[in-house]
Amino acid sequence: MRITATVNGTTHQADDVWPGESLLFVLRERMGLPGSKNACEQGECGSCTVYLDGVPVCACLVAAGQADGRQIVTVEGLAAGGALHPVQQAFIDAGAVQCGFCTPGLLVAAHDLLARDPSPSEADVREALAGNLCRCTGYEKILDAVRLAAARLAAGPGGDGA
Amino acid sequence: MTSMFGEPIARVEDDRLLRGEGAYLDDLGHDALAAAFVRSPHAHAVIRDIDVSGALDAAGLVAIYTHEDLPGRVGEPLPLLIPHPALTHGRTGYPLAAAEVNHVGEPVVMVVATDRYLAEDAAERIVVDYDPLPAVVGVDAARAAEHLVHPDVPGNVAAHLVQANGDAAAAVAAAPHRLELDLYIERSASTPLEGRGVLARWDTESRRLRIWTSTQTSTGVRAAVAAKLGLALADVDVITPDVGGGFGVKIVHPWPEEVLVPWAAMTLGRPVKFTEDRSEHFVASAHERGQRHQVRVGFDDDGRILGLDVTFWHDNGAYIPYGVIVPIITSTQLLGPYKPGAYRVEFSSLYTNTVIVTPYRGAGRPQGAFVMERTMDAIAAELDLDRTLVRERNFIQPGEMPYDHGLIFQDGRPLIYDSGDYPAALARLKGLIGWDEFEAVRRAARAEGRRVGIGLACYVEGTGVGPYEGAHVVVETSGKVRVATGLTSQGQGHQTVFAQIAADELGVPITDVEVVTGDTRAFGYAVGTFASRAAVMSGSAVALAARAARAKAIRVAAAALEASPDDMEIVDGVVRVKGDPGSGIALGTVAVLSNPLRYAFDEAARAATQFVGGDLSTPPVAEGDEPGIEGREYFSPVRSTFASGMHAAIVETDPDTAEVKVLRYCVVHDCGTLINPRIVEGQIHGGVAQGVGGALYEKMAYDETGQLQNASFMDFLMPYVSEVPERIEIDHLETPSPLNPLGIKGAGEAGVIPGSAVIAAAIEDAEGFPITSMPISPSDLFELRRRHAASGETANASQTASVNRAG
Repeated sequence: MRITATVNGTTHQADDVWPGESLLFVLRERMGLPGSKNACEQGECGSCTVYLDGVPVCACLVAAGQADGRQIVTVEGLAAGGALHPVQQAFIDAGAVQCGFCTPGLLVAAHDLLARDPSPSEADVREALAGNLCRCTGYEKILDAVRLAAARLAAGPGGDGA
Repeated sequence: MTSMFGEPIARVEDDRLLRGEGAYLDDLGHDALAAAFVRSPHAHAVIRDIDVSGALDAAGLVAIYTHEDLPGRVGEPLPLLIPHPALTHGRTGYPLAAAEVNHVGEPVVMVVATDRYLAEDAAERIVVDYDPLPAVVGVDAARAAEHLVHPDVPGNVAAHLVQANGDAAAAVAAAPHRLELDLYIERSASTPLEGRGVLARWDTESRRLRIWTSTQTSTGVRAAVAAKLGLALADVDVITPDVGGGFGVKIVHPWPEEVLVPWAAMTLGRPVKFTEDRSEHFVASAHERGQRHQVRVGFDDDGRILGLDVTFWHDNGAYIPYGVIVPIITSTQLLGPYKPGAYRVEFSSLYTNTVIVTPYRGAGRPQGAFVMERTMDAIAAELDLDRTLVRERNFIQPGEMPYDHGLIFQDGRPLIYDSGDYPAALARLKGLIGWDEFEAVRRAARAEGRRVGIGLACYVEGTGVGPYEGAHVVVETSGKVRVATGLTSQGQGHQTVFAQIAADELGVPITDVEVVTGDTRAFGYAVGTFASRAAVMSGSAVALAARAARAKAIRVAAAALEASPDDMEIVDGVVRVKGDPGSGIALGTVAVLSNPLRYAFDEAARAATQFVGGDLSTPPVAEGDEPGIEGREYFSPVRSTFASGMHAAIVETDPDTAEVKVLRYCVVHDCGTLINPRIVEGQIHGGVAQGVGGALYEKMAYDETGQLQNASFMDFLMPYVSEVPERIEIDHLETPSPLNPLGIKGAGEAGVIPGSAVIAAAIEDAEGFPITSMPISPSDLFELRRRHAASGETANASQTASVNRAG
């Protein structure tokens, strides 16, 4: 089938798609967007998290046919106009990246959390990230990054929130 | 310019990784054919027949290969990478099984198709007829040897090694106090988020092979694949792309797929890629940790060990390509910071019908620390002494460094500690966790009906093992500095720390430094990234190479300025007379001047062309000199450098559900001089999370037929953010190593090493009965409570009657 979807604000089209393919496969192999990662293919690790019509989903669990006509945002779409989103910048500043393989999914999850709740409690942060596996960092600096991003977003543009 | 070395600067790697622009193996080669494998569903079986006929008309099929299709060395068993005299019965697997399979997941048939979906569809149509054989699963079954994994390996024993310093049996027998312990650690695994993967392109015109692989050693893969395929080393490039974690599993090479994919690419004349999926990673990559240990220890009234006699059995899985490195590390590193009196250790490495073993972060040390620290706690309990006091009394003292244990370490060299201050570390740890105030914490918790316990564990880690690493530093005419080193990166931040070192040594801004790792095109001589060696080995080599480039730059600039090299310095990328900012020449210009030219390719190059001038009485390039501002140096230390640390934890055990919660986790860590404290902290955090995971959650649940029952992230319980301690409290001690130019020691594995030991100690303290087997789940703990309640023991934290008193 033909899949047409808006990905990161741009219309993408893919032909001869088997409807049972995963959205992750379509994004990575057919639309040239390999930022979302495949680490388990069963929705346990969160590395492939993307927005589907504004809701974070594991792209490995969404069938290609389900994505037709939908709005998708991937990690590649988080940095508006080249500048890193505050969540991304906070990951750098907090030292929250090691191998980087789980990072795209964690970024989308953290981005979604702060969009819903600009000042989440400690428990809310842990809850929001509890679907994402990271083997490198032990999560501590990822938590620091989310807190830092929340503080900066609360301080508004130009504020460092420190 | 401030010094970069020692600063917690942000990583240079992160920007593109955060934009989704990382280039991991499966992000490459979208034009490549996809490989999938038919793997053994049996732990042990004879292959009677392989019928591929049903797959021949599968859509998108390109090729099907079985063992019979593999020519010459391609089909032969994979190399035994690290031979050892004690490894008398080394066996390695075939890239595709020849006549027999020895573990679930062993590759039997390779399918190549136009994409992975189609390759798997075709693989499903292939029928393999097996004659199942009895499976040997676990250490105890391997020891019993009722069945053999390999019929020509008696007792399933691959290797047997004894090391001793003094007469431990006699010392134990003569000691006033004796204990025996039986200590077990279950299998776990590295489990990086990215599995293995390999992509190969054969250039039919230049007849060169280019391989990208998710590895911890690109030079190792290059040598192994070139040998297998009969190619000259110079005709094989191996490039390590971004790697999504390794933790040891990617140090073994070549994996079957690393031989088969390049061979198929050559055979088909088309690029071929294999990307391991998660279920394959569980059954077809590697595990570690599975060992049973018997300890006999003799000690005096003060708790000083007089003799230590350890026998253990290591489960090495179906084959043993990486040799006996893991049990050698356990046998030597279990000594930790202690002087054991007389010591004897004996191990057997045993075949089982399970997937192979490779070092997993810590590499035998978590087992060793568990053995030694459980022994220390048992001694303390036996003598009713404070657990920290027993440790203090057995410590090697700073004044005794270098300390020779009289044993041979994993690098084949003497086990000699270079430096360390264990009493100081323990004092800091006690202060950090509030060891001496804990009884008040316990009482307060008890008053609320809560059960808490405290434990500690120490370790020493041999890091920076040889034989060598090298680095190349070149100053380009743009002034940019390119650094290349051969070992690979799996997310540790090597580009950042090597850039810090090079920037500092050369006197250039870090933004002018670009680092390449793990690419044989950029640097062809290397060993690999394992054993917490990258910073020590390549860091030192980068420093030496940068110093050589700096000396050359100063010499060339001094000649141009008619100044003495001794009076020159490099500041912010400008070579100048000390204290005279007006006198300088930019490094890029110095690079131009260092390379006498016939042709001017740009404006800057004109300054170095032949009619510009210079001393006409000497050759343009002096005898013994070379053009360019470069340094190429190797670092090869006489032996490993020994980092150390101590962890303490306070846990709460739920009286009803037996759930264990880590309330506090404290780390005192000494990896010598710190290059980047933030990166070291990140390594400790990640290690501790794996240590806690290994203590409380992670184990490979094989059934008796050799089927792995939990081969998915749904069932293998790796910690999420909800399972890690709230905050890891860290204090650093810095005792520089005398064995390298930067005084550094490795930091990569440290965090994981004492995990099972410290959590076991804290649970034991909370529960009042001995913990001798890890990991421990709530059901395990619940069962232990029932057993101890039935045997009449009470939960009394001050009386941990841990073990059998030896007669």
